[in-house]
Amino acid sequence: MPEILDQARTQVLENGVGLDEAGVLAVLNLPDEHLPAALQLAHEVRMRWCGPEVEVEGIVSLKTGGCPEDCHFCSQSGLFTSPVRAVWLDIPSLVEAAKQTAKTGATEFCIVAAVRGPDDRLMRQLREGVAAIRAEVDIQVAASVGMLTQEQVDELVEMGVHRYNHNLETCRSYFPNVVTTHSWEERWETLRMVRESGMEVCCGGILGLGESVEQRAEFAAQLAELDPHEVPLNFLNPRPGTPLGDRSVVEGKDALRAIAAFRLAMPRTILRYAGGRELTLGDLGTRSGLLGGINAVIVGNYLTTLGRPATTDLELLQDLKMPVKALSATL
Amino acid sequence: MSSDTTGPAPLGMSTRVGEPAGTAASWCDRCGTPAGEEGDHTACRAARQLEPPRYCQHCRRRMKVQVLPVGWAAVCVEHGETRA
Ligand code: SF4
Ligand SMILES: [Zn+2]
Ligand SMILES: [Zn+2]
Repeated sequence: MPEILDQARTQVLENGVGLDEAGVLAVLNLPDEHLPAALQLAHEVRMRWCGPEVEVEGIVSLKTGGCPEDCHFCSQSGLFTSPVRAVWLDIPSLVEAAKQTAKTGATEFCIVAAVRGPDDRLMRQLREGVAAIRAEVDIQVAASVGMLTQEQVDELVEMGVHRYNHNLETCRSYFPNVVTTHSWEERWETLRMVRESGMEVCCGGILGLGESVEQRAEFAAQLAELDPHEVPLNFLNPRPGTPLGDRSVVEGKDALRAIAAFRLAMPRTILRYAGGRELTLGDLGTRSGLLGGINAVIVGNYLTTLGRPATTDLELLQDLKMPVKALSATL
Repeated sequence: MSSDTTGPAPLGMSTRVGEPAGTAASWCDRCGTPAGEEGDHTACRAARQLEPPRYCQHCRRRMKVQVLPVGWAAVCVEHGETRA
């Protein structure tokens, strides 16, 4: 057994203290033959500190495309020649999407907009949409609408948005290679305000942007410092027309190593499968990740790409004897 | 460049579901280049398993596409809406 896994067994599994950057790096550098042991330990950590439940979420894009920012992985930036066109979702369709999501047993519904930050029109749409969903659908509403002012944070709280997603995307040292129109620190500032407001903080990122293994470890450590309620883990799905459109996808084993390492860095967080897992991990890998530290999934489609049918994931959870977290458990 | 099998939609036909009967695609709905023998769209077809269409296969216009938790809707200003 590699020393780092022995150390993690005591420190993380028994004492609930996450690995630091050096520890995460050691896990990310484990040779293939030790990957099953790392996943097994990460799974035990998840069971011990989070339990067997899996949190299920659906997401929808309220405003797609035409974003003024230049995140190099994103097909919704208006600055690239991506074929994604700007489009708004109307409120009745938004409510219908929430209903469809609730039918899967999901407890979370996240409303997302491709913007630098919300303007008055978007805040009005959100207010109307969140109120309509809360009146008609039994589901918790989360939002992800970019960088916020303090007033907007307060408004979201008042609307009843219970969790706010704002991804740091990658580590601080690599961020300027991926985004030039705003800074990592600006994102951090929004997260700080969200945290202080009492909303749950959801913050993750994308692996496979060209960051080094060291930078992956740096990212895990920075997330651990933020200590978010939830960490969505995406794997790059290279989008046509974006600066990263020609990159190759993360190798399955590296993705699994990252899942185990992020879990060992953050024993108590909700570690969610987000975009790109279908491409990077396929069915077999998806299962391995759920047995290696993941305890939440996005079901159904993503914002501009499609996922597996919700039933496929729900059957897998049943097969793994992992109960879907119920709404009563989250209130 | 393309065969003449895909004229504009009949007037007043603003919404349609699926591919109109009797018409062949002139353009790849993923990459927007000519469909058929002119190009190899094997990768596009594979990618389309996990992506909605982006280009109208009849006129190559970029469509307004809304992805939903279940399904998607794509609208060509000329050829109307396709849903899945
Ligand atoms: S801010 Fe969001 S929507 Fe805009 S380019 Fe960046 S990732 Fe895409
Ligand atoms: Zn093509
Ligand atoms: Zn058309």
